Amino acid sequence: MNAVEMVVIGVLFAAGSYLLMERSLTRIALGAGVIGNGINVLIIATGSRPGEAPILGRADELVDPMPQALVLTAIVIGFGLLSFLLALAWRNWTISENDEVEDDLEDRLIARRDDDARTSAGSSNERNAS
Amino acid sequence: MTDALLAAPIAVPLLMAALAIIVRKASIQRVLSFVGLGVALAAAVANFVRVASDGEILVSRLGGWPAPVAITLVADRLSAVLVLIALLVSTVVLAFAIGQRAADERSSFYHPVYLIMVAGISQAFLAGDLFNLFVAFEVLLMASYVLLTLEGTNAQVRSGTTYVVLNVVESMVLLMAIGLVFAATGTVSMAELPERLAALPEGVAVGLNLLLLVAFGIKAAVFPLFFWLPDAYPTAPSSVTAVFAGLLTKVGVYAMIRTQTLLFPGEFSDLIVVIGGLTMLVGVLGAISHSDMKRILSFHIVSQIGYMVFGLGLGGAAAIAATVFYLIHHIPVKTSLFLVEGIIERDSGTSAFSKIGGLARRSPMLALLFMIPALSLAGLPPFSGFLAKFALIRAGLEDGRCVIVSVAIVVSLLTLVSMIKIWVGAFWGDSPSPQSGVVGVLRHQRVMGLSTGFLVAVTVAIALAAGPLYRYCLEASNQLLDIAQYVTAVRSS
Repeated sequence: MNAVEMVVIGVLFAAGSYLLMERSLTRIALGAGVIGNGINVLIIATGSRPGEAPILGRADELVDPMPQALVLTAIVIGFGLLSFLLALAWRNWTISENDEVEDDLEDRLIARRDDDARTSAGSSNERNAS
Repeated sequence: MTDALLAAPIAVPLLMAALAIIVRKASIQRVLSFVGLGVALAAAVANFVRVASDGEILVSRLGGWPAPVAITLVADRLSAVLVLIALLVSTVVLAFAIGQRAADERSSFYHPVYLIMVAGISQAFLAGDLFNLFVAFEVLLMASYVLLTLEGTNAQVRSGTTYVVLNVVESMVLLMAIGLVFAATGTVSMAELPERLAALPEGVAVGLNLLLLVAFGIKAAVFPLFFWLPDAYPTAPSSVTAVFAGLLTKVGVYAMIRTQTLLFPGEFSDLIVVIGGLTMLVGVLGAISHSDMKRILSFHIVSQIGYMVFGLGLGGAAAIAATVFYLIHHIPVKTSLFLVEGIIERDSGTSAFSKIGGLARRSPMLALLFMIPALSLAGLPPFSGFLAKFALIRAGLEDGRCVIVSVAIVVSLLTLVSMIKIWVGAFWGDSPSPQSGVVGVLRHQRVMGLSTGFLVAVTVAIALAAGPLYRYCLEASNQLLDIAQYVTAVRSS
């Protein structure tokens, strides 16, 4: 593993993690794709020494085909995931005109409880004032 | 013959799924699904009988390739019993789903996707190398994404998004862990790894183990990685939630058991015990704070996972045997609770306590179907949950861990409190909507009632056959702890 590969893996992970933190599902999907590529490069870079293409019949200094098989499978799976995420984003868009990931139910319940407490406190203040 | 029998629980459902995608007609799809699951179940029974009778580990190399190239399937005692119970439960839930007439009539994708998920679950239990395990996780996750968002409603898309994104992150951590395991050791075969991992420098091995633990921890919903579960599960149709609750998190627990006993024996045992205790406690507190049956039951999944993780962390033959027993008992119990919830939701349109009530008077049978698994989950004698918890707590006391044992007992009481909350909210009192107060609940839902009843009978049978079953679990646990047996079985095949 040389310095260029390390830098490439680092940049892909950094960019992907940044995109994963976003609120918009399209960006999350892109982030998943970018990190996925980072992992693929990581597996290829760490898993095998450089060498000739692993074709049956060639004897000397072949590359280990195992990491390549792993990465090939991972690419196919990543493609499926990415298309599902994009389909989900599109569905979200048709329902709510945006593709933002909403707060979960617990968060919204707590937020509503806060709001309720504030409005009831506000109204009781008003009553006291009047 | 071994090859065919081991591959059948994976291959037959996949084949039927392919056919079901082509035909698209609900009546034919049902036949295909039942044939697929039935053949897979028969193969699983045959495997179980062979493994249980002479204790050998069944190994199959798909395609007949030599050692490092072939896809290895391995069935030891743990895998064989889990495949059997998973296929049994998923067949019953399929019958329930057809009785519910919800999922499979609205979308022609329900049957194929369900079969693919079952194939993925079987593959995860039988996988003999880490990468194969990763592929199995992806197969079952991809199918579960589709099942969770099958109706495409607003709530499903919202909570489905959280579920999908969390699991995508989990897949990445897992893939990265497996890539690094390969980089460090040059193999992903579970039979070769114990030797090579032991030869690694300690820091590298700890790092690899932590990555794997995080990945499986997200899947198994342990503290602090559980928050996606109570959010995602309640929005799906009950038949889908039931099979998710019964099986998907258990696949994560299984992967944790496999890696912690085979690859990294006893490395993080204290950490895992603490995680188990916190998972129990946080899960049950979440359950108590809610007033919707489906949400309470979803939080219970988290809390129950804590017990299994706690047993795994204790290590030792008795504790792991108790964990395996807990796993076997928990799958049908949890699934049948969600099926009862599905019957109530089908009847009343909701499972919120503000809108249901008085079900015990309307349908004593349904109340009984709920009460047996509920008391079992809370750990009351004479049900299976009591025996599972008793075995765990005895193992904990023998190990001298009084703090975690007292946490386990308190959590068990709190589970009972939240079950009583469901009982008071849903079964006692008066029905809030007067027009639905006359007709029995189960009268119009024969298939759903029968399949739920069958699963409840399975949980009772587990309690009745506890003696032989616990002996089996003890043998399974000894087999798990005997790493050399696994390694030689796979190498010599």
